[in-house]
Amino acid sequence: MFDDANIIVGLEIGTSKICVVVGEQNADGGVNIIGLGQSRSRGVRKGAIINTEQVEEDLRSAIAEAEQMADVEIRSVYLGISGGHIRGFNNRGVHPVVSADREISEDDVSDVVKNAKAINLPAENMVIHAVRQHFLVDGHDGVTQPVGMLGSRLEVDMHVIHGNANQMQNAIRLVKGTQLEVNEIVFNGMAASLAMLTGEQKELGALVIDIGGGTTEYVVHSDGVIRHAGVLAVGGDHVSNDLAYGLKVPLSRAEKLKLEHGSAIVTEAAKGQTLSITNELGLELRRVNVEHLQRIMSLRHEEIFQLIAQELDRAGLTDYLRAGVFLCGGGSRVPGLVTLAENTFQMNVAPGHASAISGLTTALDQPEFAAAIGLVKYGSLRIQQRPAARSLATLGGLTDVFRRLLPR
Amino acid sequence: MSATPAVKIFGVGNAGVSLLAALAVPEFAAAHLIAVNTDAPSLAVSAVPVKIQLENKLLRGLGTGGDPDRGRALAEEQFSTLKSACEGANIVFILAGLGGGAGSGISPVLAKAAREAGAVVLAFVTLPFECEGNRREAQAQQSLEHLKAAADGVICLPSQKVFKLIDENTSVCDTFRVIGGLLVEGVRGVWQLLARPGLIQVHFADVCALVRDRHAENGFAFVEAGGPGRAREVVEKLLAHPLLEEGRLLAESAAVLVSLTGGQDLTMAEVNRVMEQLKRQCGHAQIIMGAAIDPAFKNRLCVTVIAAKPNVVPKGGATRTETHGGNTSGTSASRDSVVTRGTRTRKTKEKLFQPQLPLAIISKGRFDKSEPTLHNGEDLDIPTFLRRGVPLN
Repeated sequence: MFDDANIIVGLEIGTSKICVVVGEQNADGGVNIIGLGQSRSRGVRKGAIINTEQVEEDLRSAIAEAEQMADVEIRSVYLGISGGHIRGFNNRGVHPVVSADREISEDDVSDVVKNAKAINLPAENMVIHAVRQHFLVDGHDGVTQPVGMLGSRLEVDMHVIHGNANQMQNAIRLVKGTQLEVNEIVFNGMAASLAMLTGEQKELGALVIDIGGGTTEYVVHSDGVIRHAGVLAVGGDHVSNDLAYGLKVPLSRAEKLKLEHGSAIVTEAAKGQTLSITNELGLELRRVNVEHLQRIMSLRHEEIFQLIAQELDRAGLTDYLRAGVFLCGGGSRVPGLVTLAENTFQMNVAPGHASAISGLTTALDQPEFAAAIGLVKYGSLRIQQRPAARSLATLGGLTDVFRRLLPR
Repeated sequence: MSATPAVKIFGVGNAGVSLLAALAVPEFAAAHLIAVNTDAPSLAVSAVPVKIQLENKLLRGLGTGGDPDRGRALAEEQFSTLKSACEGANIVFILAGLGGGAGSGISPVLAKAAREAGAVVLAFVTLPFECEGNRREAQAQQSLEHLKAAADGVICLPSQKVFKLIDENTSVCDTFRVIGGLLVEGVRGVWQLLARPGLIQVHFADVCALVRDRHAENGFAFVEAGGPGRAREVVEKLLAHPLLEEGRLLAESAAVLVSLTGGQDLTMAEVNRVMEQLKRQCGHAQIIMGAAIDPAFKNRLCVTVIAAKPNVVPKGGATRTETHGGNTSGTSASRDSVVTRGTRTRKTKEKLFQPQLPLAIISKGRFDKSEPTLHNGEDLDIPTFLRRGVPLN
């Protein structure tokens, strides 16, 4: 049997599926994926839980499957959180260095971080992550380790990701109700970006878009830190719903049409093509225009990308994405999506691979597992940090630093 | 507007007169305080130098008895007295508690008199508690409509909101003190806008433009903080302020006026920080901002925020008929029609609002019952091709 301390479990309660990934940390710090469990999610809409009983049932079956595959007993999980209520923004904390010799001490650093965390949130919201970006010493940007430097004014930029406390508590309570501990909650988009991006890509600047069933998360990394994060409560469900409405077919049929004939760009081959929809006896009920199908999908996906592009434009980040855009999530399987994204963002777009982890590679190299794998990766980073928890040398380095604010 | 406008502050009715007592401080020394009431005992205890008691034989010294029509008739009888009291003022503030007889009846007439005397009129009024009953509520609403038509601006504080400020054990006296305090803070905030030399001047016209023609429920808040972290502190206080519904009102507002007052040490960075935070909260609201320096403010910063909710469909027509129907007092009939005509001409200036009939019902399918995903006013749950009007076929 495995030593429990090395088992890291990521749990994502998504709109279309509940996914459990079990990872095992090996001696040299790497992570092997040893188990995977998933089940169809029925009680989640747009990332928010609407039926706790169904979610609990689905969760139990996914956990059981993962336990069986990994041959471990799962006790605690890193829980992925998403939903349209989640927002991210940058905040800057300022602290004057008061010591006589103007040398910046560890206390100054903890003070400035504390200042940066003092933010005004709506009362019902709570902070999920406060991610440290860079320090500024007397206005000089890009300092990763200010202790020991001389200066009179220390500032720090933080990216704060926050969301509705009740909605997040719902998920936490539900998981706890199945006798599982929640180690930490993690923003799904951030987890996905952890799984997909290499250190080099984070340094160059990259946008990760995780198109899920009910929500689309996006995270921007640049200079090795998180610059921006956000959620659009629009995902694959919306695509199916649009098709059901536009083609006047039932939702289940729309879902099937999307999988079989869907495309994010209107293909030449689809022009003038029709499909016949048959009932269970094989009788033709009606015909559906493939071009319409693809146009409806194309418009929806284009809009998602446009909204994200606008958001990044507003944040002034478009020019920082030198490594390009990476797509993941089940919604990124739509054919032609990469081309559409290239047209919208005018930069390199690649379907993402969960490259940052080893193990059941073929089974896991699927875009929809990126977030769950990222959760395991996040867990392993946290475990690595723990022994050297207070040493800033490891905190300010290439690995992203996630300081936990949530008391649980 | 001249640098030091002549200001007269009227307290109307029992509530208004007792509010005036709170304003009898050196800060308001430049303003003339005038108490107006029908009730002799209330005026007798007031320390205000100028008192106007409206009285006629009909009342027999008993006050209006909670009937605003009596109050209005009385005020119209003595219109010239009120008008002469307003002479010489550039700005007239009216403080009143609506819902009773004197405050609700006299205030609109006083506002009209003050306007005729050439002053700009801004009214600060309270609405009654819900527990005070339907009648007072209706009277207060009706009076508020009249007041909005007569005055340049009305800032209104529904007393019910004060429940957020008090706890279970607060006595009735304390509760009224809290309401009074809030109203006085509002007056003080506007007063400071006008009286202090502004670095970034807010004109009285800005204030009036902000509150005029808006829905009754303007939110206002006045907060103060000192010390090095004052900029952050005031923002925190503002966002926790119950009258701004913990900041939610800001997001819903159509226009927000922000006035900062600080000592000589007020830095631009602080102004910027406060404004940036507020701007983030304010959404699409139009922001009018002012900053002023007061040498007396050492190390302190105070911020006044007046937030005006967007206009709802004007209820002008309904109110006008009510005015006629509800007018039971025979003596005031002829005069009342004069007031109503004034009301009508001003009402027609209000922006007409044509609501859209929900003819094309767009189904959102499986998202029908979920919370809409709004993005810049668009509901993203509705299929994109429908919102963009892309034709299929």
